[in-house]
Amino acid sequence: MLKFLAAIGTVFLTFLAGTGRLVLFAGLSLATAFSPPVYIRLILREMVNIGYFSLPVVGLTAIFTGMVLALQSYTGFSRFAAEGAVATVVVLSVTRELGPVITGLMVAGRVGAAMAAEIGTMRVTDQIDALTTLSTDPLRYLVLPRLLAGLITLPMLVLVADIIGVFGGYLVGVYRLGFNPEAYLNRTHQYLETNDVVSGLVKAAVFGFIVALMGCYHGYYSRGGAQGVGQATTYAVVSASVLILVSNYLLTAAFFGR
Amino acid sequence: MTNGSEVQKIVVTGLCKSFGNKRVLDGVEIDCTSGESLVIIGGSGTGKSVLVKCILGLLHPEAGSIRVDGAETVGLRHAARERLLQKFGMLFQGGALFDSLAVWENVAFGLMQGRGVERQAAKQIALAKLAAVGLGPEVSLLRPAELSGGMQKRVALARAIAAEPEVVFFDEPTTGLDPIMADIINNLIVKCVREVGATAVSITHDLVSARKIADRIAMLHQGRIIWCGPTAEIDHSGNPVVDQFINGRAEGPIKMEIRAG
Repeated sequence: MLKFLAAIGTVFLTFLAGTGRLVLFAGLSLATAFSPPVYIRLILREMVNIGYFSLPVVGLTAIFTGMVLALQSYTGFSRFAAEGAVATVVVLSVTRELGPVITGLMVAGRVGAAMAAEIGTMRVTDQIDALTTLSTDPLRYLVLPRLLAGLITLPMLVLVADIIGVFGGYLVGVYRLGFNPEAYLNRTHQYLETNDVVSGLVKAAVFGFIVALMGCYHGYYSRGGAQGVGQATTYAVVSASVLILVSNYLLTAAFFGR
Repeated sequence: MTNGSEVQKIVVTGLCKSFGNKRVLDGVEIDCTSGESLVIIGGSGTGKSVLVKCILGLLHPEAGSIRVDGAETVGLRHAARERLLQKFGMLFQGGALFDSLAVWENVAFGLMQGRGVERQAAKQIALAKLAAVGLGPEVSLLRPAELSGGMQKRVALARAIAAEPEVVFFDEPTTGLDPIMADIINNLIVKCVREVGATAVSITHDLVSARKIADRIAMLHQGRIIWCGPTAEIDHSGNPVVDQFINGRAEGPIKMEIRAG
């Protein structure tokens, strides 16, 4: 019995230590933003990497999500003669939930993994130590640009995903389900409020920060050569995905909870 | 260990560092005078790299003192640590060149990021340093992955001396190189360090390299410096562990310890 309790205690303490280390890592990295130099060029490069190069995968995911949503809503709502609500359901679901969450998960898979692999490789090949010996703070040079780029770029990416997702719903609604185009567009913006879009963009900023933080954190503390880097990549994607879903619930409760 | 009239650049006393239950450094005592080339030898896993990383501040020792130019450096943080690091250059065992940057940007990195030298001026210095290690300007635009192992070491050497540091650390500078390239690197180390007038601290288990670049050799064993003296005296150290190591004999006290372990 005592051994069982000790094992639980060990797991709990490890969890607390890990959480503390993560918070410290994020805090120390963000603190470097308040003193020069801030590497603007690196931030822009990461923004292009996260935003521009993620557009194809995010666009494809968003358009099919919108299309499926329109189709499913129609088949479900037709059971109680509420087909007219399809456009509203599509736009609210995409802007509030699916746009940010799907984009966040896609970026976690594409960008979070790449960040963990790149920084992890730099760690195991002494490149991070080399940065330090060249009087360059690795948190300032490697981590802060990625955190800021994630924070800034994800909302832009989600805005694009929202538009493409709604367009996907429109395509199915008009060309497959036979809705009147004007009526569909009318219903789309009739019940859409600023808060619906803004809440999605706030979520996107949080998800972008989480993806970058998890990628950088797991890469920065990776150990043990190629195997360690592979493990860091897996942890980065899994932890970012789980945290996105958890924080999505908390943010939804904060925005729309009664 | 050194003549009292010489200026001591680095003085390490009672340095201890453990990883888990394993004590890697157990009271290391060593010093290095200004302009001297000190080589620390020892078997694999004896803590040579750990010692250098402690001096650089990349690892934090549990006990002991590291003085550079008479000032204590253990516990230095942020700006003070960055100022101290500007005195140092480091050649890592694997080169540790930045994959995402061109060769000249690697060499100029410390000048541009650490010292705020303007990009074009830093590039000119980088090209000069590359020339000093025998690499032409055509190499400067390549990526590190496009270079051979020997060329990567040369670039890493150029980067280590680019900012003309007061102390240059070399971590296994000839490991993984063929004997001819190893000799070229040794010659470059001697030449470059003399040119910038730097103090050199090298760690290696390559005795040919150690004899070529060292003014003084120290041997690290079981977490302590067990012998230290001029290079010419290492063959007459009178220490059985040193004798076994420099002669590369399988039989001797070091192997006995492995058996006992």
